[in-house]
Amino acid sequence: MTPYLIRNVSVVGAAPTDLLIRDGVVAETGSGLTAPDAGVIDGTGLVALPGLVDLHTHLREPGREDAETVESGSRAAALGGYTAVCAMANTSPVADTAGVVEQVWRLGREAGLVDVQPIGAVTVGLAGERLAELGAMADSAARVRIFSDDGHCVADPKLMRRALEYVKAFDGIIAQHAEEPRLTEGAQMHEGEVSTRLGLTGWPAVAEEAIIARDVLLAEHVGSRLHVCHVSTAGSVEVLRQAKARGVRVTAEVTPHHLLLTDAKAETYDPVYKVNPPLRTDTDIAALRAALAEGVIDIVATDHAPHAVEDKECEWAYARPGMLGLETALSIALDVLGPEWDLIAERMSRTPARIAGLDSHGVDPAPGVPANLTLVDPAARRVIEPADLASRSRNTPYARMTLPGRIVATFLRGEPTVLDGKAVK
Amino acid sequence: MIRHLLSGADPDLATATQILDTAAEMATVAGREVKKLPALRGRTVVNLFYEDSTRTRISFEAAAKRLSADVINFSAKGSSVTKGESLKDTALTLQAMGADAVVVRHPASGAPHRLANWVDGSVVNAGDGTHEHPTQALLDAYTMRSRLGRLAGLHVAIVGDVLHSRVARSNVLLLSTLGAKVTLVGPPTLIPMDISAALAPGTAVSYDLDAVLPDVDVVMMLRVQRERMNDSYFPSAREYSRRFGLDGPRMRRLPEHAIVMHPGPMNRGMEITPEVADSPRSTIVEQVANGVSVRMAVLYLLLGGNNL
Repeated sequence: MTPYLIRNVSVVGAAPTDLLIRDGVVAETGSGLTAPDAGVIDGTGLVALPGLVDLHTHLREPGREDAETVESGSRAAALGGYTAVCAMANTSPVADTAGVVEQVWRLGREAGLVDVQPIGAVTVGLAGERLAELGAMADSAARVRIFSDDGHCVADPKLMRRALEYVKAFDGIIAQHAEEPRLTEGAQMHEGEVSTRLGLTGWPAVAEEAIIARDVLLAEHVGSRLHVCHVSTAGSVEVLRQAKARGVRVTAEVTPHHLLLTDAKAETYDPVYKVNPPLRTDTDIAALRAALAEGVIDIVATDHAPHAVEDKECEWAYARPGMLGLETALSIALDVLGPEWDLIAERMSRTPARIAGLDSHGVDPAPGVPANLTLVDPAARRVIEPADLASRSRNTPYARMTLPGRIVATFLRGEPTVLDGKAVK
Repeated sequence: MIRHLLSGADPDLATATQILDTAAEMATVAGREVKKLPALRGRTVVNLFYEDSTRTRISFEAAAKRLSADVINFSAKGSSVTKGESLKDTALTLQAMGADAVVVRHPASGAPHRLANWVDGSVVNAGDGTHEHPTQALLDAYTMRSRLGRLAGLHVAIVGDVLHSRVARSNVLLLSTLGAKVTLVGPPTLIPMDISAALAPGTAVSYDLDAVLPDVDVVMMLRVQRERMNDSYFPSAREYSRRFGLDGPRMRRLPEHAIVMHPGPMNRGMEITPEVADSPRSTIVEQVANGVSVRMAVLYLLLGGNNL
């Protein structure tokens, strides 16, 4: 294993230092380090962050390998500065058995670009009718701790209660896609002025807020851990703020796109902007940004959702919802939060690692710590070209936008996965 | 001139007036023995219909043929479309065939906007989902102007299922451009809360048809599907009719000069009674005739036809 000496790099925004990476860990820090056998990276002007951790990634394998594979998604993740991603369960077949989660976990190990931590389905086939074998997935080689029917809401309150209770046995967590299904039948975009003008069926904010309100009460009642996926409305922020003030064990994520883009994007009828939950309004964006800075929202998660060209190059109503996120998330965070490195590390690495129970991730580079880290050039600006992305899909909503920041290198347990801004394998 | 007609908001006041004036000239053709002009000879107009709509398709077909255009009817039934061909591939096919204009009716809102990205010719929205139907709004405006002599300052009530109505959206947008005042009437379940902010700031909303009728110059009844009651938009067809249907006694609350419009097809006995539909105030049959003239004007102007 080649050692690496990173010279003159700012660790999470601190004064520049050298970092020596050897045998999978950060061996030494300090100025003027020497290591004749090491590859040298000039870190001048760069910021080292603990490797990013994504709690919400769709890798599409098994089932839609034309849109993404574990390998291509892992490469996209590494290029985005990630060292671990949690793979959502809505594959085909659904990741609702030990067999499927172990398959995804093994594919992640084989790709070797990030740690792929499978998420298990809460219910069999995501059908919302009966619990999947959560214990079997927890005991499998994949050691599943997060369970989610993401893409579908666990809408039945009794089933949600039971799921929250059941996973306590192995310190599991239920990650809810909060969407009251009866209020969102046929929904195409945020319900508001723009949907009224465009004649597209609205997805009202209350459909998210009502489920979050119910779920925090359920979690409080049974004393379980709840995680709320992709929070998108100002009203949801208020529900979470009150729940957290009462001490409910709830965490929440926001996606980069919900921090930046509004429903006005739908005016083009280009389904690259179709996503679930939908893009909301400026008021929601302001509330989400404030909540993220404050900690009411704990983390940024990408909801990276690759889709084949034919599933997006069509009528809005017929398109599948979702957008790419792994290769642009840090840039959006920089754009939205500014160079607040400690905050970025907290929201994109330390806290998601803690929620997912990934102990070797989310730890700031320091002597003896596993060398899971990424180097960011904050001064760089880049134009997003869909064709240049490592994902198999092209459905980025940031096409031709100029975004700040570039990932220069990423290390997974001391091995470079990205060098000079390029994937090493 | 605009290149496509996708929305009732596309034509500005000058363009909308030009379309209506041109339609008036086109209407004189209908009175001739030979109902045909050479204006679009050698041009190809494709009618691309993904929804059954015999009335609208025939209206566009008659309009194009009276202008001597070559007309190709491309219906979704029995075509490659039902075999799963994408809208984009269909568009590229039409493009390769040299369509100068594509008239499209589609169940998905925004489909004509997507199509406009993929063809060089002009796209005319002949109704997209629950979004818009701009030629209907133009023919309605034409009918109002013919009957009442003006558009600016008219008060128009549009009554019914505004939420799902492409006719209502296009009419609100166009009538606002033309200086008419619109009041939308219906149960609160069928009128989006933010409709005036979304479409035109001066638009009023009322849930009381009887209160609105004495003050309007035009009452436009929208088709209301009985099935909406299964989705709890209203309790029953009877209750809907009692509160929002236009019957004889209600019609008599209108000012003497006021007209009654309906884009068709009507649900007689639901939103309108036969007594009203067949009364002299009703412009329903005129609207159909005016539809051909207005669509002739639209095709003629979009395709930059030769002098009349």
